[in-house]
Amino acid sequence: MKSVLLVCAALAIATPAFADAPIEMTLKDHKFTPAQVTVKAGQPITIHLTNKDATAEEFDSTSLKVEKVVAGGSDGMVRIRPLSPGKYPFMGEYHSSTAQGLVIVK
Amino acid sequence: MLATLVIVFREVIEAGLIVGIVLAATQGVPRRSLWVTYGVTGGVLGACLVAAFAGELASLFEGSGQEIFNATILLLAVCMLTWHNVWMAGHGREMAREMKAVGAEVSAGQRSLAALAIVVGVAVLREGSEVVLFLYGIASQGGASQSAMLIGGALGLIAGAGVSALMFLGLLQIPAGKLFSVTAWLITLLAAGMAAQAVLFLQQGGYLQVLQSTLWDTSWLLSQDSIGGRLLHTLIGYNDAPNGAQLIAYVATIAVIMGLTRWEHARHPRGSQIPRPA
Repeated sequence: MKSVLLVCAALAIATPAFADAPIEMTLKDHKFTPAQVTVKAGQPITIHLTNKDATAEEFDSTSLKVEKVVAGGSDGMVRIRPLSPGKYPFMGEYHSSTAQGLVIVK
Repeated sequence: MLATLVIVFREVIEAGLIVGIVLAATQGVPRRSLWVTYGVTGGVLGACLVAAFAGELASLFEGSGQEIFNATILLLAVCMLTWHNVWMAGHGREMAREMKAVGAEVSAGQRSLAALAIVVGVAVLREGSEVVLFLYGIASQGGASQSAMLIGGALGLIAGAGVSALMFLGLLQIPAGKLFSVTAWLITLLAAGMAAQAVLFLQQGGYLQVLQSTLWDTSWLLSQDSIGGRLLHTLIGYNDAPNGAQLIAYVATIAVIMGLTRWEHARHPRGSQIPRPA
């Protein structure tokens, strides 16, 4: 089991991560723009999130299996695994009443 | 106010369940509350530090600092839980029988407690930093929401602590002889779930990009968003859509803990009734 993990780790380091350009997304006034993105199935996705609010926000989605804190006035890369077709909601956990979004996979 | 309540409740439960298991697992060990207090205090202080430097932390390692940090502290907790379980396999019987250790056993017991204090600290640190960031965000907006936020946060804290206490009291209902084997199992699954979560953070950070396809999806049966799903996620690492690398980490952690426990068990043939997850 351990050797399997080691091989996995070696493979992971050797594989260039995320060849595709990241999707640009902005957070302002606790709202995502664009709030809806459409991506292709079976490909890893990267969202480059720029937080223009003064406060930190957590990009959170249990269906996308991702949680990433982006500090106020900062930016961060949200890396998402390859997905099968469907709709995957996400939210800003600290302001979930307004910060809502959707990833559509086709 | 409701948002604050829900978020604080959720994070407190996640850390509280782990504290409850640690308390149950160390029944009868002298000075355990002191160590658990160290763990909680350290975790709270650490959470404030992590929250204060969230931006700086995130920009480390080509923007993957946060993921690396999360994965590292989770793996640290996995090691500490493993160590505790293996140690218990060698010494559990004496402890269960005498409920107070003497001489070398005391210092060895303290070492195991120190390991568990780190686990408590890490759990509080992880969930606590989210609470701090969230509360800071609301507080900085100012206005009338501040008192509502305080009330919401306090209610969330009380409710979360209450549920954790119920879990702890429930564990205590288990007869002392069996309690150790139940907590040994709980700690094994807790560790396995943390290892799988660490893998997820590594993948999110751009590392370990293998076996990422979702193996199955049971969100229709029990969503990880639901309270039940979240509780099971914390306790046994329930994941409604795991990927291959996570499954390997989960199974490997259980296998390693069981293997080491049996090995330690064999070295202490007298302790044949001691707990082991097997």
